Amino acid sequence: MDAFIEQFFNLGVMAKAFPLLMRGLGMTLLICLAVIPLGFVGGLLVALARLSRSAMLRISVRILTDLFRALPPLVLLILVYSGLPFTGIRLSPFTAVCIAFFLNSSAYYGEVLRAGVESIGSGQWEAARSTGLSGRDTFLFVVLPQAVRNVLPDLVSNTIEVVKLTSIASVVSMTELLYSADMARSITFNASPVVLAGLIYLVLLWPAVRLASRLEHRVGT
Amino acid sequence: MERFVDTFFNASVIASTWPKILSGMLITVELALSVVVTGLAFGLFLALIRTAQIRLLNAAIVVFVDVLRALPPLVMVLIIYFGLPNVGLTLPSFAVLWLVLAAVLAAFAEEIFWAGILSVRRGQWDAARSTGLTFPDTLAFVVLPQTIRMVLPPLVNRTIAITKNTALGTVIGVPELLNQATTAVSFLSNATPLMLAAIGYLIIFVPVVLFGSWLEQRFAFRKA
Amino acid sequence: MTAASPILDIQDLRKSYGANEILKGIDLAVHAQETVFIIGPSGSGKSTLLRCCNRLETPDAGTVTVDGVDLGDPRTDINAMRRRIGMVFQSFNLYPHMKAMDNITLALRRVSKKSRADAEVLALAALERVGLAEKRNAYPAELSGGQQQRIAIARALALEPKVMLFDEPTSALDPELVGSVLAVMSDMARAGMTMVVVSHEMRFARDAADRVVFMDHGVIVEQGSPGEIFGQSQHARTRAFVSQLER
Repeated sequence: MDAFIEQFFNLGVMAKAFPLLMRGLGMTLLICLAVIPLGFVGGLLVALARLSRSAMLRISVRILTDLFRALPPLVLLILVYSGLPFTGIRLSPFTAVCIAFFLNSSAYYGEVLRAGVESIGSGQWEAARSTGLSGRDTFLFVVLPQAVRNVLPDLVSNTIEVVKLTSIASVVSMTELLYSADMARSITFNASPVVLAGLIYLVLLWPAVRLASRLEHRVGT
Repeated sequence: MERFVDTFFNASVIASTWPKILSGMLITVELALSVVVTGLAFGLFLALIRTAQIRLLNAAIVVFVDVLRALPPLVMVLIIYFGLPNVGLTLPSFAVLWLVLAAVLAAFAEEIFWAGILSVRRGQWDAARSTGLTFPDTLAFVVLPQTIRMVLPPLVNRTIAITKNTALGTVIGVPELLNQATTAVSFLSNATPLMLAAIGYLIIFVPVVLFGSWLEQRFAFRKA
Repeated sequence: MTAASPILDIQDLRKSYGANEILKGIDLAVHAQETVFIIGPSGSGKSTLLRCCNRLETPDAGTVTVDGVDLGDPRTDINAMRRRIGMVFQSFNLYPHMKAMDNITLALRRVSKKSRADAEVLALAALERVGLAEKRNAYPAELSGGQQQRIAIARALALEPKVMLFDEPTSALDPELVGSVLAVMSDMARAGMTMVVVSHEMRFARDAADRVVFMDHGVIVEQGSPGEIFGQSQHARTRAFVSQLER
């Protein structure tokens, strides 16, 4: 038991690694700040395209989202980060991470938002159009706010997934939370820094998880 | 264009690496199936325990689910894979990944199953029990079948999202699809194996994604 | 334009869904301050006709002219025109995420380009006309069906329409709530609003309508004063339908 605590909950090691992990957390938050809005806007575009009158657009976006939902995000990231340089396109890890996660999360946000938009009855479109509102204004002011509210639980849990996803950026040497923790682990030969990183993710995400599950049950009943 | 083909779809590279890629794909499938079977079974088991309404047990399940929903799988993989050997317990990398992903899937599946069970109205329980059905029989023959329409679409989507994480095996040296590909890429200085791996993942997961969308359309009313 | 030219002029209007012809050449002119009721069995094309009048449906042939503007002309700004053609729906279709006030001001601000303050003044006036000024901060879910429908009427009224279209405005309401909506509609008719109403409220039609149009199978069978249509119609189809309503 002592060996276990020594290895996983070593307060001394944790204290030493803490500043490093905080810097890593800063990077994690920075990635989130870039990827979550990008993914949400991308998802909006996906949802709009899926509702478009052009069958070509609908089908091609459908195929793209299915592809990105079938590809593991890590594969996507490595393709962008290590594959593209072979064609002479060299990206910074941060750009690669943003591109890969944008593609992945747009597909997921897109599916969620599409379901939300489809949940709004045609009466809302008709009422708004009958007062002279343009299609764009109808979508923006009448349909989208209701759609977002209807799929709020899925949007929250999707956002949790995106935050968790950022841990994968450690694989391409982004000095985010998990990378910093793993670096501290390899220096100290002790798993406590990674456990500490886990605790930080918990502090960050537990409220969101609680919120998502409250919302799910509210809608479910 | 030629350069592009040469870099991403190089015939000689394909010829020399496909056996490795294929073996990686088999391991990915093996890992995925183990995760799906054990994860879903354990998730259902937890949801069933929860119907017994034992307060302490329920609280433990909720904590388990919350923690596994909040922690990135890679964090757990690193803790277990690099931490356990130092306390004298060495698990093969395949087993570590399987354990972590199965636990994550179980957590998500428990939530989905439980929401499904809650969605079945009280009257269904009352009616079944009034005809003399036992509690397990009511659950198995009356309640669970009614949850399928609500449970199946999100369950399939979650299962795909979690099972795709088998690619994390690369980080701890499981010889799965992505790992084989990245190794080959660094040996051959050519991106073709990566494309092969991507295609491999598409072959495995696109059918499941399509199945998921089909289910969602069939049961479109999921959350009215 | 002469004083006699109609506000709403429908000529040879046709509309099909696949092989199913819903409107088989409708001609109808509605003049300023007139209240016209359209009655007929379900599937007779009444609602489709109404929805062609603000192009929620696109007709296959024929013209709809509102206040001298051909709605089918590609140069016509349909959104600017829709502002002038109020519509009230059977299912209210209030925006559930907005307070009553915001339901009304949205189009005023986005289409009529009014400032928020100006829009709220107009909205409040419309709310007063339907007798619900005190509900301006209520969400639709907090209101009864009758109140929701009156807010929906205010939403259309606030845009100062030339003509109002009512698509079975009371048929989704509990019987005891119908009266409040009809009272608002009577007030509007008396105040000189031009109205086209699809409804089966016979007693109300008798009191409020200047003209009743009977439609069946996509054509106008006959039209006349309420007395003529409900009293001594020459057409067997009309008589059969009216006697059904009376039961």
